[in-house]
Amino acid sequence: MARAAVQRRLNWLRARVLDNRMETPRVHRLVLDVPGWSGHLPGQHVDVRLTGEDGYVAERSYSLASPPEVPQLHLLVERLDDGEVSPYLTDEVRSDDVFELRGPIGGYFVWSVSADRTDRDTARRPVQLVAGGAGVSPFVAMLDHHRRLDSPTRMQLLYSARCEQEVLARDVLGPETTITLTREAPAGWRGETGRIDAGMLQRRTFGPAERPRTFVCGPTVFAEAMATTLVDLGHDPSAIRIERFGSTGEPS
Amino acid sequence: MSVLSRGFGRGRGRPADDRLPPGQYDVGSGFPVLSAGPTPHTPLAQCDLTVHDETDALRRWSWEEFRALPHEALTVDIHCVTKWSKFDSRWEGVAVDRLLQDVPTTATHVLAGSDGGYTTNLPLEDLTGGRAWVVDTYAGEPLPPEHGGPARLLVPHLYFWKSAKWLRRLTLLHHDEPGFWETFGYHNYGDPWREQRYSGD
Repeated sequence: MARAAVQRRLNWLRARVLDNRMETPRVHRLVLDVPGWSGHLPGQHVDVRLTGEDGYVAERSYSLASPPEVPQLHLLVERLDDGEVSPYLTDEVRSDDVFELRGPIGGYFVWSVSADRTDRDTARRPVQLVAGGAGVSPFVAMLDHHRRLDSPTRMQLLYSARCEQEVLARDVLGPETTITLTREAPAGWRGETGRIDAGMLQRRTFGPAERPRTFVCGPTVFAEAMATTLVDLGHDPSAIRIERFGSTGEPS
Repeated sequence: MSVLSRGFGRGRGRPADDRLPPGQYDVGSGFPVLSAGPTPHTPLAQCDLTVHDETDALRRWSWEEFRALPHEALTVDIHCVTKWSKFDSRWEGVAVDRLLQDVPTTATHVLAGSDGGYTTNLPLEDLTGGRAWVVDTYAGEPLPPEHGGPARLLVPHLYFWKSAKWLRRLTLLHHDEPGFWETFGYHNYGDPWREQRYSGD
């Protein structure tokens, strides 16, 4: 286990909204300017804190969807109809609005070129990403980082979305990505369709013999099913890292 | 420094609640699942619980022996560092006081260890005095694997990552040793009422 975590205080910073645009019908991309940002690794997340004029405070966590090479921070925020923070971020926030943010948070669900340069043995193992819905956010940062730094590490993404209109960050997804559409696929769709099952994992991901480093991100039910199936297929449980969002209750 | 968000405020049906620590929200009837890796499915016959010191195993209970220990029922609020809190969660389990009652020790800290390699550290005094349990029953039913079954630690006065799932081992230490999340920038102690989420809070 890595014991190299940076133990410094995470102060609240002022995030200024540069852009808030609809990425898909349910997800907005917030582009933020955060003076004092110390940098991050792909896969890390931030806490956002909103304070209402009545003093009410709410905090939520969001994965960073932008790589460290981009000075602005990008968040892909899914609008949850019964949420109290996400509808505000998607529908109300405008350019030049300011809210508080701190991070980066989390040092386990990360992948970076610099770590692979330091640990050559680990770097020979490919990286398999498995995303459900907006759970693709941290992987967008990883793929973008991988491409910008021309990393030799083999990396693949298997990405489950409900329909083509809900596929996020299309500009970053390349030939390393397999998309499966679970609800409806357009005529002539050449990707996969249906939920990810054992057969699709066998077809579309690195097999256990290649000892991939596997990252799974998505809703709890998705993450639990993926992890269990991967272990059943023979993957080492300790090589599977999970980030869950959403919940059986009210998610962010 | 407070940055006010125009048009943001307390929503309808979200009254102030002094049971909510700062920055938390009430998840209601939900019970989110969080873990860093896959859920282990170890057969019960192999699920023992042990108490160690720095060198030796001091006590060991097989699953059946653990089940036969006197259980307490408790109803507590729990607080996850990912911001959700859950009120009045109902558990049954064995007080850590009971597990340690015949173990003379001068230890100051405990490292809890789980199936799958997860660890978390706590001061010994936070596990004793009726403040911590090893629970195997949730809401009247066997604790489901995704929530830490067959048995997990329950330390409701600290953030929930301290309540290690799939608990197998309590190691008594004379020094503090950071656990899994504690080495990744999460707070060493984790008091939700002081919002000790991350190192330095």
